[in-house]
Amino acid sequence: MDFSFSEEQELYRATVSRFIQNQYGLEARQKIVNSDLGMSRENWQQFADLGLLAIPFAEEYGGLEGSAVDTMVVMEEFGRGLVIEPYFETVIFSGGILSIGGSNEQKQQYIPRIISGECIFATAFAESQSRYNLADIKTTAKVRNGGFILNGKKSVVWAGPWADYLIVTARTSGSQFDEKGVSLFLVDKNSEGISLKNYPTIDGGRASEISFENVELSDESLLGHIDDGFDLLEAAVDRARAAICAEAVGAMKALHETTLDYVKLREQFGVPIGNFQVIQHRMVDMLIAYEEAVSITYMATLHLDHPVEERQKSVSAAKAKIGQSARYIGQEAVQIHGGMGMTDELNVGHYFKRLTMIDVSLGNQDYHVRRFADLTQ
Amino acid sequence: MDLSFSEKDFMFREEVREFIRTEYPGDLRRKMKQGKEFAKEDFLCWQRVLYNKGWAAPSWPVEYGGTGWSATQRYIFQEELGQAATLNILPFGLKMLAPVLMAYGSDYQKGYFLPRILTGQDWWCQGYSEPGAGSDLASLRTSAVKDGDEYVVNGSKTWTSFAQWADWIFCLVRTNSMVKKQAGISFLLIDMKTPGITVRPIITIDGMHEVNEVFFDNVRVPIKNRVGEENMGWTYAKTLLSHERTGTAEVPRSKYGITSLKKNARKHISNGKSLLEDEYLSNKLAQLEIDLLALEYSDLRVLSDDFLGKKGTGAEPSILKIKGSEIQQRVTELALEITGYAGFSSLGGPLPMESNAYPTGPGFGFGAGSEYFNMRKSTIYGGSNEIQRNIIAKTVLGL
Amino acid sequence: MDISIAIEDVLFREEVRDFIQEHYPSYLHDKIAKSEELTKEDFLVWHRILHKKGWIAPSWPKEYGGPGWTSVQRFIFNEELSAAGAITTMPFSLTMLAPVLMQYGNEKQREYFLPRILSGEDWWCQGYSEPGAGSDLASLRMPAVRDGDDYVVNGSKTWTTFAQFADWIFCLVRTNSDGKKQMGISFLLIDMKTPGITVRPIRTLDGGYDINEVHFENVRVPIENLVGEENFGWTYAKALLSHERGGIADVARSEVAIKALRKIATTELSDGGPLIENTIFSKKIAELEIDLLALKYLELRAVFNEKSDDLGPNVSILKLKGSEVQQRIGELRLEAVGYYGFPFKYGPQTSNTAIFPVGPSYTQFAGPSYFNLRKTTIYGGSSEIQRGIVAKSVLGL
Repeated sequence: MDFSFSEEQELYRATVSRFIQNQYGLEARQKIVNSDLGMSRENWQQFADLGLLAIPFAEEYGGLEGSAVDTMVVMEEFGRGLVIEPYFETVIFSGGILSIGGSNEQKQQYIPRIISGECIFATAFAESQSRYNLADIKTTAKVRNGGFILNGKKSVVWAGPWADYLIVTARTSGSQFDEKGVSLFLVDKNSEGISLKNYPTIDGGRASEISFENVELSDESLLGHIDDGFDLLEAAVDRARAAICAEAVGAMKALHETTLDYVKLREQFGVPIGNFQVIQHRMVDMLIAYEEAVSITYMATLHLDHPVEERQKSVSAAKAKIGQSARYIGQEAVQIHGGMGMTDELNVGHYFKRLTMIDVSLGNQDYHVRRFADLTQ
Repeated sequence: MDLSFSEKDFMFREEVREFIRTEYPGDLRRKMKQGKEFAKEDFLCWQRVLYNKGWAAPSWPVEYGGTGWSATQRYIFQEELGQAATLNILPFGLKMLAPVLMAYGSDYQKGYFLPRILTGQDWWCQGYSEPGAGSDLASLRTSAVKDGDEYVVNGSKTWTSFAQWADWIFCLVRTNSMVKKQAGISFLLIDMKTPGITVRPIITIDGMHEVNEVFFDNVRVPIKNRVGEENMGWTYAKTLLSHERTGTAEVPRSKYGITSLKKNARKHISNGKSLLEDEYLSNKLAQLEIDLLALEYSDLRVLSDDFLGKKGTGAEPSILKIKGSEIQQRVTELALEITGYAGFSSLGGPLPMESNAYPTGPGFGFGAGSEYFNMRKSTIYGGSNEIQRNIIAKTVLGL
Repeated sequence: MDISIAIEDVLFREEVRDFIQEHYPSYLHDKIAKSEELTKEDFLVWHRILHKKGWIAPSWPKEYGGPGWTSVQRFIFNEELSAAGAITTMPFSLTMLAPVLMQYGNEKQREYFLPRILSGEDWWCQGYSEPGAGSDLASLRMPAVRDGDDYVVNGSKTWTTFAQFADWIFCLVRTNSDGKKQMGISFLLIDMKTPGITVRPIRTLDGGYDINEVHFENVRVPIENLVGEENFGWTYAKALLSHERGGIADVARSEVAIKALRKIATTELSDGGPLIENTIFSKKIAELEIDLLALKYLELRAVFNEKSDDLGPNVSILKLKGSEVQQRIGELRLEAVGYYGFPFKYGPQTSNTAIFPVGPSYTQFAGPSYFNLRKTTIYGGSSEIQRGIVAKSVLGL
């Protein structure tokens, strides 16, 4: 039993933290958010140069063989910096699917290009009716000679506007809610029949509504086995969930620190507002919520390679808890900042928005409490 | 970062588990199951079993009769005790007084009292709070005035758990009232048989008699029973508060509590299905279990020194106590909800003449009401959660 | 005790309802449904309709153009406006400034300003908070120094809602900085066209633009625009805070919002069925409705209290609970739309981005409004300040 970080992990933390301190202040971040593209290609290349994009991948494809704890450290720091660039979408989520379920050829072909920063991936899994049920899929992929024909619509595809490739969940058999019959495809975004509607998201990112109309896919685009993609998807989604929990932890930490500084500086009624016990106890409760979030994120991350049910149980526990603490800390930070917390001009509101949307992402509190209950009772 | 226990720890766990399975007294197990009240002898019986094994005081240094276990082993030991739902050995002598004696007691005090604590020969109670000094403990007033070789003690202490069984009481008393309130306090050991001491029972809302008021009327205490120096008692008492870094969260006991909750909810049929199939209730249970998981991993992080930014500010037990007590309360709250109307039946309190034998209603519901009311104490005692928050605000946040 | 309503009140309710149905501009409904930003003119259109009917200022005495309604009628009127989803009339002039002018203003001020408030000719904003004076309002610093027949005002005000539309601003300014901080404050009416005033927009986290910072640089204000006596402004401002009864809790608006939320939850799907059939979500709505019911009866008890016309500390309690209910509705609305909380209509519009709406039109409002509603426990005296008031005035702490 040991919760210390390795030297390498401390190095990742220092690297990302330095990057954020020097290049990712609120002003710089907002400039990126409001730019035409909505992300910075230069930053992305820098992540590649720093080796961050290589962390979780196998050595034979140029990766660093990093563990989930390694990427947890990176995600935590990205959370502190409110980083917009699609590390989560490309490296963790799509990269996770590729690593777990891709064939040797697929990995050879795509992983080195992710590591070099050459291509960005997005995973298109949600549909307008699906909410958090990963198996609720109407999009279809019909088998045809030497490949598939993809038809359907995907909603709120994070990083969709930036992506070169999409990993798409589609139904190859079964009915709308069946886990059996779900397959995963790696699709070139420029394929004929794909159209995107791009838009900004409320937490500063970009996303797309994507429709697929008779998109022709080759056999090589299938990831994993036909009809059996669900377990692969869920395994990758659980890893992604643990990773955004870490992102939330970083954001919560920054938000708590900022608020603590504020209550020490802001004077009302002749004293810093941190002198009031009402404020002190709330700062303590926020701290406790944060520490609980850290604990449960470690737990989930360390269980990712455990047997499936333990993995699912741990991840759902963490995501539910994170949803709760993220909402709590976000709301309290805004309230304690008063009017200033409501403005676009402090980072408080931006952290709050990202934390709120992390709860919405990949299953909210209600969803995960339910999943946990089903697994444990 | 690594979750696995070493082979050695694994073996140790097996050993502890086996010991509890074979040595834990069967009638204590039965009493717990039936929700019966425990007697003094029950506590002592279990302590003697532990003593004979050499496990009565895991946190003591070996020289005094401790086990010499690592922090992880102590954690495992607590975990196994909790999961087996063994009777809690009371902390007053073993965990609260002993560390103070070891650090500040005279050779005589150490030589005389520590072995008797270990064997259970002396039952100790704690004399800190007073009717006028609760959260503001340092404002205590029970006075000890020097008279020859003795102190003469006058005043009263309250919330004294199991004073009715105690042989000795360790007290904070005022020996100087001219200085800052923290600076005039001394730490005295008082024989409960000394003339002038009376114990008045306080019956709590759960109907039980656990706590008391203890009155001191010209009670004469030999000076050799003062621990350390005069007027330094506050410092001594404070150091012991942060003595146990983990364990304040009571994770294993709550785990056991949740396991029984689930078992009971499964048995309880309402509207033709088990309560566990009731989505509201099962959600609440899941939420509670998730919170307990977070607490468990916080406990483990404290154990491996990764908590509160590794600063080791000493506030860890405060955080663990706040969350631990809240969770204990929720466990009993849910138990009462599951019990439904049977929660009306009360364990403590006077039995009316016409009452039938207990239990009333389903066996598992027996005592649920009492336990719920009893557990409200957990956010009040040992430094209320408000006081814990003050401590954290000051030491961790610098507010 | 009796919860029935007098027959004349029932008739009154019908009259109000009919009027709104007939005269409320339907294009405003559309705009709100599409969550389009409202313009100054939008507010004024409805203002003028109510003015023409003589209903624009329900709480004003008849002599100044009020309708002479009872408190119960005013309550009903408010309820019906909310139930119809009508846009609010701007409170700054009608319910905040006007009572101060009536009570403490001089003849000339009343005669000039009140009719213009009534007709909507002047748009007013409120200059109370300052960057350094929020919850501790009395610590405000903006000095007004006498110079001949003028005050010269320097400093800045913040959180000024709709300053960008305003013709006038009523300000608390410091005319004396010796002695107790409450004692040296004066109440000034300032023409927004006066040289030296600049308005800086503050964009809020929901992407909206309602509030501003207003900067004053050597702004000259004629002494005749001082309300009441110099240095008594704090007393005047405080008096108006507890003026308006009812409506503070916004119960009727919350009722409408919950109805809409139910509709959303009926449309949204979860595992193939309507979200509203999800046990946990429907329980959350039910809990919220129960809270709102309790709040409603809290409000009714206050409004139908014939003994006193002054709501006193009830105002604080109603505001506290009312704002919490509003926030909770926003929270559940965001939960209800799932991933469609992400698309951000007020985000950067660039060459790559699509034209909204993305997803069903009701979803567009969910994200921004959740964030926007966080303000309700901050403005108009934060929840912390309200609790402080209740602790002091009700509990004697």
